[in-house]
Amino acid sequence: MAADAVTTEQEERARTPQAPRKEMTDRARAERKTAWLLCAPAVIVMLLVTGYPIVYAIVLSLQKYDLRFPDDKEFVGLQNYVDVLSSSVWWSDIFNTLVITVASVALELVLGMLIALVMHRAIFARGAVRTSVLIPYGIVTVVASFGFLYAFSTTSGFIPEWFNLTEDPFASRWDSFGVIILTEVWKTTPFMALLLLAGLALVPDELHEAAKVDGASAWQRFWRITVPLMKPAILVALLFRTLDAFRIFDTVFIQTRGANDTETVSILGYNVLINRVNLGLGSAVSILIFICVIIIAVLFTKGFGATTAQQRGEAT
Amino acid sequence: MSASVDTRKKVLWAIGILVVVLYALVPVAWLVSLSLKSPDTIGTDRSFLPSDPTFDNYSNLFTGESDFPEALRNSLLAAGGATLIAIVLAAMAAYALARLNFAGKALILSGSLAIAMFPPISIVGSLFAVWRNVGLFDTIPGLIIPYMTFSLPLAIYTLSAFYREIPWELEQAAQVDGATPWQAFTKVILPLAAPGTFTAAILVFIFAWNDFLFANTLTSTDAARTVPATLAFFTGASQFDQPIGAIAAAAVLVTIPIIIVVLIFQRRIVAGLTAGAVKG
Repeated sequence: MAADAVTTEQEERARTPQAPRKEMTDRARAERKTAWLLCAPAVIVMLLVTGYPIVYAIVLSLQKYDLRFPDDKEFVGLQNYVDVLSSSVWWSDIFNTLVITVASVALELVLGMLIALVMHRAIFARGAVRTSVLIPYGIVTVVASFGFLYAFSTTSGFIPEWFNLTEDPFASRWDSFGVIILTEVWKTTPFMALLLLAGLALVPDELHEAAKVDGASAWQRFWRITVPLMKPAILVALLFRTLDAFRIFDTVFIQTRGANDTETVSILGYNVLINRVNLGLGSAVSILIFICVIIIAVLFTKGFGATTAQQRGEAT
Repeated sequence: MSASVDTRKKVLWAIGILVVVLYALVPVAWLVSLSLKSPDTIGTDRSFLPSDPTFDNYSNLFTGESDFPEALRNSLLAAGGATLIAIVLAAMAAYALARLNFAGKALILSGSLAIAMFPPISIVGSLFAVWRNVGLFDTIPGLIIPYMTFSLPLAIYTLSAFYREIPWELEQAAQVDGATPWQAFTKVILPLAAPGTFTAAILVFIFAWNDFLFANTLTSTDAARTVPATLAFFTGASQFDQPIGAIAAAAVLVTIPIIIVVLIFQRRIVAGLTAGAVKG
């Protein structure tokens, strides 16, 4: 009896400031409905424009389908995959793509960290620094690629003039890689720096002060305090940039078009799909690139999963 | 003594800042100076600065057979259209994700994260085939569709981060006054979210403006070809001769609007970029 009275009293108290319970669940249902109505257009667009084409690409990749000979279309099972995976071109393109990806992401991380530290600790001219680093981010990749192409060209460029280079960098494979990587690094380091800067802001100043009092040098403080605390931000930045670099297309297309064995997987996919209009074989290349991207994402999240999940949890 | 340490520190910082500024600006300065070189000597003049600056490269872009004006129009229409649609769709989804409780929230967030990582090359073949069948090949809408799709994740994450910062009490007050969630969204949130919305719009526009892969594969004439694709297929006097001057001038012209936007809105762009990316 007494207990009953308490519960009703509690219910009573719970009800008074808010609406009655029945209406609350109606409200929750209405809320859910509104939420789905609001999300539906974006979700449908994303599913239609990525989900459907990827399924269609899988279907195409199982067919012999060359637009030059549309009547020869037939189901060939995994033959296209066998053809791609047994060709030396695919593996050398994978190698080229990995060279560009690893070199540019590694350089971007080091340079991006330096720029982030300058931006974080800058006593003056913060706005000027921030504006300058945003310029490479905003510049069209094709434009940046032409800029570096002409700068390094032996006939029109100031770099061969200044450094007295006589050999055309675009005549050699590794020099071409060098210019491609430099262009990528220039264009995307600012993005890396901004992500790292956001991570730096999360490192409390007190820790640095305390370590300073204990006699730690700036170098020690960087490795023992800043880096461990920034690890989640670093990993997220690395994951995004690695996936982005692996898809590299614009820079290579403009600067070499894959000449001198600098072709990347995206250029291969483009050549087979668009130039040779071989939709079957080209779709197999597309799907294999898709699988590579999944592997990279899984490696990152499995290898460092706990930390990225934690980072995401904190932020949302 | 501490004063001299301070000066040394200041000088070091000044050098650091100068290096960063030069890093960003030298390639841009090079493009500008290249575009001002005379069309006759541009292929052989290797100096950094033009010896005899002229605007010939620019005037050539807008006269004769140049398809640059069409390309500029196509870029503006494709990037502008994609921005408009993506922002409307993303604003609705982001409001639901930031404010409402419903099952499937995590699914939508991780789904859009997956699309942010999706390699566009994997679907260009299918889009190429489908667009040719449904008449979207070589049209502006044919570009707007992939642009808005691939920018939706960025827009959704940026906008929901901004929406979360808007105080709850305002909407509760509106709801107590009898407003529906929809009214609370349009009357209370949207006006307050205008700065965030604008930032997201800038990011989406930069993304679409930059695209080369779709512009290159889903168009074939100047009916829809955007500036990056047009630049790649500019031809000079002979087939093997790249028109350096025309490319440099066009490159500068498409870079100027971006630099102006960046100069004016740098603070907001940084906030938006880090909200969209780190919180992803």
